[in-house]
Amino acid sequence: MRLLPVFGRRQAASAEPARGKDANYSSQWRLMYARFKKHKLARVSLAVLALLYAGALFAPFLAPYGLESYDSKYVNAPPMKLRFVDAEGKFHLRPFVYGLKSDRDPETMRKIFASDTEKVYPLQFFVKGESYKLLGLIPSTTHLFGVEEPGRLFLLGTDALGRDLFSRILLGSQVSLSIPLAGVGISFVLGLIIGGASGYFGGWLDAVIQRVIEIIRSFPTLPLWMALSAAIPPRIPVVRMYFYIVIIFAFIEWTGLARVVRGKFISLKNEDYVVAAKISGVGDAKIIVKHLLPGFISYLVVAATLAIPGMILAETAMSFLGLGIRSPATSWGVLLQEAQKIDNIALYPWKIIPLGTVILTVLTFNFVGDGLRDAADPYKR
Amino acid sequence: MLQFTLKRILLAVPVVFFISVIVFYIIQLPPGDYVSNYAAEMSVAGEVFTQEDMDAMRADLGLDRPVYEQYFIWVKDIVLYGDFGFSFNYNKPVLAVIEQYMGLTLTVSLVTMAFQYFVAIPIGIYCAVKQYSIGDYFFSGLSFLGMATPHFLMAVILMFLSYTWFGDPLLGLFSAEYVNAPWSMDKAIDLAKHMVIPVIVIGLSGTADLIRVMRGQMLDELNKPNVVTARAKGLSERKILFKYPTRAALNPIVSTFGWSLTSIFTGSTITAIVLNLPIQGPVMFNALLGQDMYLAGTWLLFMALLTVLGTLISDILLAWLDPKIRTEFRGT
Repeated sequence: MRLLPVFGRRQAASAEPARGKDANYSSQWRLMYARFKKHKLARVSLAVLALLYAGALFAPFLAPYGLESYDSKYVNAPPMKLRFVDAEGKFHLRPFVYGLKSDRDPETMRKIFASDTEKVYPLQFFVKGESYKLLGLIPSTTHLFGVEEPGRLFLLGTDALGRDLFSRILLGSQVSLSIPLAGVGISFVLGLIIGGASGYFGGWLDAVIQRVIEIIRSFPTLPLWMALSAAIPPRIPVVRMYFYIVIIFAFIEWTGLARVVRGKFISLKNEDYVVAAKISGVGDAKIIVKHLLPGFISYLVVAATLAIPGMILAETAMSFLGLGIRSPATSWGVLLQEAQKIDNIALYPWKIIPLGTVILTVLTFNFVGDGLRDAADPYKR
Repeated sequence: MLQFTLKRILLAVPVVFFISVIVFYIIQLPPGDYVSNYAAEMSVAGEVFTQEDMDAMRADLGLDRPVYEQYFIWVKDIVLYGDFGFSFNYNKPVLAVIEQYMGLTLTVSLVTMAFQYFVAIPIGIYCAVKQYSIGDYFFSGLSFLGMATPHFLMAVILMFLSYTWFGDPLLGLFSAEYVNAPWSMDKAIDLAKHMVIPVIVIGLSGTADLIRVMRGQMLDELNKPNVVTARAKGLSERKILFKYPTRAALNPIVSTFGWSLTSIFTGSTITAIVLNLPIQGPVMFNALLGQDMYLAGTWLLFMALLTVLGTLISDILLAWLDPKIRTEFRGT
């Protein structure tokens, strides 16, 4: 009896030496992981996403300033350069920034900023600044980097109220990156339960659920979003508003996932091995969890990943129109509101920077989703 | 085929009914109503609105009745008289408001749609035939960017570029001197100039999508045995390309035709707001915010109907192209 596995192993080794000797014995997830690892773009994207989320998680620590801190002296200040070489050509190991001096343009009377080479503020690490709560729990006043007072550090410039754009992008990412995750999470659960019931039990339940899904899907998403967001009362606490928006996203998104789940359930429930389990008297719950779910959960993960970019863009659009997150909370869409007017872009081009982070996030999620899809497909070489 | 079409249309009827109920519910959701909004606006302007004034206005507009009664009156008028209600804001019947904006809306949408197909299909074919060439990477990268950039910002950026290059941000659909002018050759040219940015911006994500679909389909088709056979028989490459793989690859694109117009219709809303286009998007958006409920409701209903119709057309096209789906449907 020991001959057989040995024979099998040898055959596998000779047929596909590149896959390693135990490819035939690996679990589905193992194989998926191996294929995903080969997808270079997806791997890099995953690393970028990990960085972005880490940045969001530790945003208050990484950002030199808080969400609310502003300085009316530095309204619409341009980004500062981190320098190693000073005006006399001397090299400094510790990077520094020059102070800003402001002037008025004699013609337009607009405030213009220039570097003040007299004032040098070296970059300091672990400086004391505004207090915050790390991860919402640990109170702290230490920021990763900053400059000493009265110097200011505006790596990406400031907005119309003199708030540091770099800090606000980091802090805004907490909202912009978590809303889609929470929304997809909820719709994942809803889609799994409702789509599963629809596909597994069939009959009138299926018919009713399908009609409901069809009705929700018949609404064009954007106007539906607008209508629902318009219904959120103004001046409610940030947490409640966040909650409402996640619910709206999940409410619209679950139908797509439910359809995937239903389709998979229908195609799998008549497979021989499932019928065999049923005849042997295995309960519905056990069949679903043991025999059906493992068959398509990878497809679901892919579908969920690919649903995230759409939500990010939608959240941006809603906030941009003033229907999503509203100040004092900040998201990338809120930051981009200032880029709505072309004279703003013409005069203060750095205000378009949050667009870069939006594009980066959407692209990386797309690439990771593509990589996962290829990895989950057993017929793909 | 006829049976399939009829069955599909009949299934759409209850869907439309429920949609109308939900639409009415949604437009009621925001706090306050048109009268309270109007009163707030008036009080900003310095006019005093008493409670009695507001009640009288509500009674006048029929807003004092229970919601379900309002709904039944609305639906009854639509079904019996084709009357979609009255726009408080414009002081006109809803249909008249929609009619006013429909011409330009349709023009922009149809031109955008034509743009999508005329740009995406050739590029998709090119990318598949010259897979992994510089051109392929360029267009694939471009289509990825097109998918990842929010439309409204694309609009702002293009406006800015047009301003720096041509000295005119091309806001709206007409230059100031042509807005109220009668139609003439110059006005048409002016319109065409102003349409460039909206068409690119609105069509961008659709084009990006279509390029990817077309490329993927073509790649699948290019390696099929019928292509190899054709090549072995000595047909010219050009003839092979257009006779077999292109025709087969167009199937899924044709079948999504129905959705495409709907998505352009709805997708244009935000862009139209940013670019200040005189088409239906911004008008309806303001109706939604200002609780001009019959206008907003009719618009939502209309959009939902378009989606239902689009799905219907797509399903029928799909069934027409693919006999497998036809029989499957009959089976259930």
